Amino acid sequence: MNEFFHMGGYAFYVWASYGLTAGVLLANLIFATMRRRRILQLIQELTEED
Amino acid sequence: MFTFLHKYASPQYFYSWSANWQKWSSVIAVLLMSVGLYYSLLNSPADYQQGETVRIMYVHVPAAWLSMFTYMVMAAAAIVALIWRIKVAEIMIGQCAFIGASFTALALITGMLWGKPMWGAYWVWDARLTSELVLLFLYFGVIALSGAFEDERTGARAAAILTLVGIVNIPIIHYSVEWWNTLHQGPTVSKFDSPSAHPSMLIPLLLMALAYKAYFFALLFKRARAELIFRERNTSWVKALLKESV
Repeated sequence: MNEFFHMGGYAFYVWASYGLTAGVLLANLIFATMRRRRILQLIQELTEED
Repeated sequence: MFTFLHKYASPQYFYSWSANWQKWSSVIAVLLMSVGLYYSLLNSPADYQQGETVRIMYVHVPAAWLSMFTYMVMAAAAIVALIWRIKVAEIMIGQCAFIGASFTALALITGMLWGKPMWGAYWVWDARLTSELVLLFLYFGVIALSGAFEDERTGARAAAILTLVGIVNIPIIHYSVEWWNTLHQGPTVSKFDSPSAHPSMLIPLLLMALAYKAYFFALLFKRARAELIFRERNTSWVKALLKESV
């Protein structure tokens, strides 16, 4: 198991790559969800003004 | 073609069929990503020269492929938006640019993390790296242009034109490793004869590449659907839709 995390001495490069990939995938999902929520909220506000 | 396009791309119809597409591409993305990660991290060999760093390939190469694939989708949307002025296509341009920029940045950064241990430097002004960096700036340009006009449809047209001008960069990225004698390695998968990667590495690579593509479509539909109801907020179908869901 330790060997797996050690990645033949390249742990930093390998895990940083996978970590950043996970980060980009998650961030995209979170942004899209937040944007959708914001849009629904905006529409609500705009219609209330009318 | 024209009637077909108009039917499937009418905002209301798009909103209804894309719900299923979003759902299924999400499911496929999660499945492929799980299997792909299992192969990439646990069930594939270390390279005889590069050791364990070869595992970076399974997240780096699919990101780089997706960065170009997204551009092609964006260019297709740009053509449709310019010729037929289809709203859904106009929306797609801006959404593609956001997703494309994030994956281009990811390809560049994971490439740097692979370059440092293998080449000895995080960055070199190699043709492949430089043209991929240009791609990132093109995406930034498209994002900036889409939002630069009071009228979002004018913004979309400007962004569409920039997209089509910038498409010249795509073959440059693809052939850069053949046209210039550079540090970045040549293609191993997309060669006309049989690919030179061993199946034990090719399988995780292709699984991850497909997972990224499915994820892209899930994300694109999610973003486009939200943007669409915002732009169509004053139409009767959106009002009816929102009344239903609230």
